[in-house]
Amino acid sequence: MGIDRRSFFQLLGVAGTTLALGKQALAKPSNDIGVEFVGMLIDTTRCVGCQTCEAACSESNHLAEQTGSPEPGKIRPLDETKFTVVNAYNTSKGEIYVKKQCMHCSQAACAAACLTKAMHKTEEGPVVWDGKKCMGCRYCMVSCPFEIPKFEYHSANPKIQKCTMCFERLVEGKIPACAENCPAEAIQFGTRRELLHEARKRIVENPDVYVDHIYGEHEAGGTGVLYLSSVPFNGLGFNTSLQKSSYPELSKGFLYGVPSVFVLWPALLLGLYEATKDNHVKTTENE
Amino acid sequence: MSNTEIITAQQPAFNIWKFLKEEFKPKGKWVTPFNMISLPIMFLGLVLIIIRFWKGIGSVTNLTQEVPWGIWIGFDVVTGVAFAGGAYVLTFMVYILNMKQYHSIVRVTVLNGFLAYVFYAGALLLDLGRPWNVINPIIGNNFGTSSVLFLVAWHFLLYMIAQLIEFSPTIAEWIGHRRAHKILSGMTLAAVIFGITLSTLHQSGLGALYLMAKDKIHPLWYSEFLPIMFFVSSIFAGLSMVIFEGSITYKVFSDQVTEKNHHSHHSIITGLSKICAVAMFAYLFLNVLVFVHGRHFHYLTTPMGRWYLVEMVGFVLIPMLLFFNSYRKKSIQLTKIAAVVTMVGIIVNRLNVTVIGFKWDAVSHYYPTWMEIVVTLAVIFTEIWIFRWVILRMPVLREPPTWAQNSH
Repeated sequence: MGIDRRSFFQLLGVAGTTLALGKQALAKPSNDIGVEFVGMLIDTTRCVGCQTCEAACSESNHLAEQTGSPEPGKIRPLDETKFTVVNAYNTSKGEIYVKKQCMHCSQAACAAACLTKAMHKTEEGPVVWDGKKCMGCRYCMVSCPFEIPKFEYHSANPKIQKCTMCFERLVEGKIPACAENCPAEAIQFGTRRELLHEARKRIVENPDVYVDHIYGEHEAGGTGVLYLSSVPFNGLGFNTSLQKSSYPELSKGFLYGVPSVFVLWPALLLGLYEATKDNHVKTTENE
Repeated sequence: MSNTEIITAQQPAFNIWKFLKEEFKPKGKWVTPFNMISLPIMFLGLVLIIIRFWKGIGSVTNLTQEVPWGIWIGFDVVTGVAFAGGAYVLTFMVYILNMKQYHSIVRVTVLNGFLAYVFYAGALLLDLGRPWNVINPIIGNNFGTSSVLFLVAWHFLLYMIAQLIEFSPTIAEWIGHRRAHKILSGMTLAAVIFGITLSTLHQSGLGALYLMAKDKIHPLWYSEFLPIMFFVSSIFAGLSMVIFEGSITYKVFSDQVTEKNHHSHHSIITGLSKICAVAMFAYLFLNVLVFVHGRHFHYLTTPMGRWYLVEMVGFVLIPMLLFFNSYRKKSIQLTKIAAVVTMVGIIVNRLNVTVIGFKWDAVSHYYPTWMEIVVTLAVIFTEIWIFRWVILRMPVLREPPTWAQNSH
């Protein structure tokens, strides 16, 4: 996966120190692989819509400079040249800015959909794409409930484009460009567990500010990017009707049935063949 | 017929290359209405395909970031494969259940199925952004086994091989290779069993592809039973295609068909209409169950709900009744009408899941460009050209040579 032991510890170190909690002990690996998924906590109450993250993202990913600014009632969509955008929404609590990018699902639909493992969830957490494997079938785009992967329709050598949580920067020991450059501290990078901790803390300490909902904690089986908000999320362009279990779960039943069919069908068919084999003989005798 | 006789007579001096060279020459008239219509479209399609590979998929299609699969997938692949389902149903009837009365149409059906898979898998290549990586899921360490598309891709490949084996005795008879004929005929049963298993899985797999698109497909068409729906409907979709295609080939190539087979074709069609009717009844019943369980009544007053009713009544219930009636009255004409209505219904259903009902609530809808339609037509016409080429040369519709007749 292109990350060695050393850079991984660097990564964890960065993840730990950037947290307000700051306790590196919290970030200690606990699961089997010894790695916890990293993610980002986006606090929409802090975002001021300055678009610094957009600019940092474009620069870091060598994308064209972005145009337009967040305006309520006008949605700027993500596309193959925009990995993140900030949109504005008019709410009961005034104008709220929401940064949009890949959610880096814990069990990503796009990765489960990929038949070449070009789109894959790294051990560290970011969902990234490998052009050497991808055949450009766009099944990831069909499957993603957040409609994040974008395709270069006007290229003879098209790529699937989306936010990678700056995976290359993570490997170098840095944090995602958007999180690093956010002047409002609206984007926090860390392990998913720490971020959930922090999000809960903020909700508990400021019950008047936040709604009691961390978007991404359960949506689509849990996502790497988590959101906090002062108004219900459906007013901010979030799809709140997404299922709480993961999307790969939906085709799991079918895939689990495949081996059974593969064993049972031939046996059944052979049995039927043997049972009806004599039909022909009998009918010809009758004739 | 004359070719094979000559071959049998002059076996020792037979030169395969000379024979093939002779066979590759065009036969029959060039200026026919079909040729005059299909050739320009195939040529235009070829030009469009070149543009597509040169300038990217977006230069000829209307695909968007929201709707990444259009008619090249929804019609060419998903609908085309459903129509090719006749091959596995018929081989099941003839080789597994030993219903010998259907034997005379097995070859043409398997040929049709095989060509359908070759061309629709080919159409899939046109839709791939990075087709040079298409072998990745087959070779190397890139097995995305959690993907339904991985299963479908492998099954397409394996099923094509199985169908080629099923059809191969015909090729052996064509070139007059007795030893190969004997070996290949011996493999038929295994290929049939394998082929039916694969078909069950990938016909349903095409439905399972859309399981993860839960929030994007209209609830009237999305259910966790999509795979079963696709499988059951592939039975009557395939058989309707067999009836439809049979009624055309038996006319166009009538000189190839023996008197006996011409005669038995009526009873074959009647028999198939009964199977279609029963399969459609099961399908309709399943749909009603899913509809009631999903508590989707409130959708019926919306435009999409009315469209759903049109599909269920106009393209499932009515053709089902037509099939039942045609069987009772032994009316071939009625069966053919029912088959055509059913086929339209299958196109409607597959497009409803893949294109029309996909992101039905989006601001801008996907419509295919004329170029996407021309490429689709070009693919279909090329397939028919190859089909005709094979029919005119190999013993598909006509009786196999006498030396091959007793071996199976």
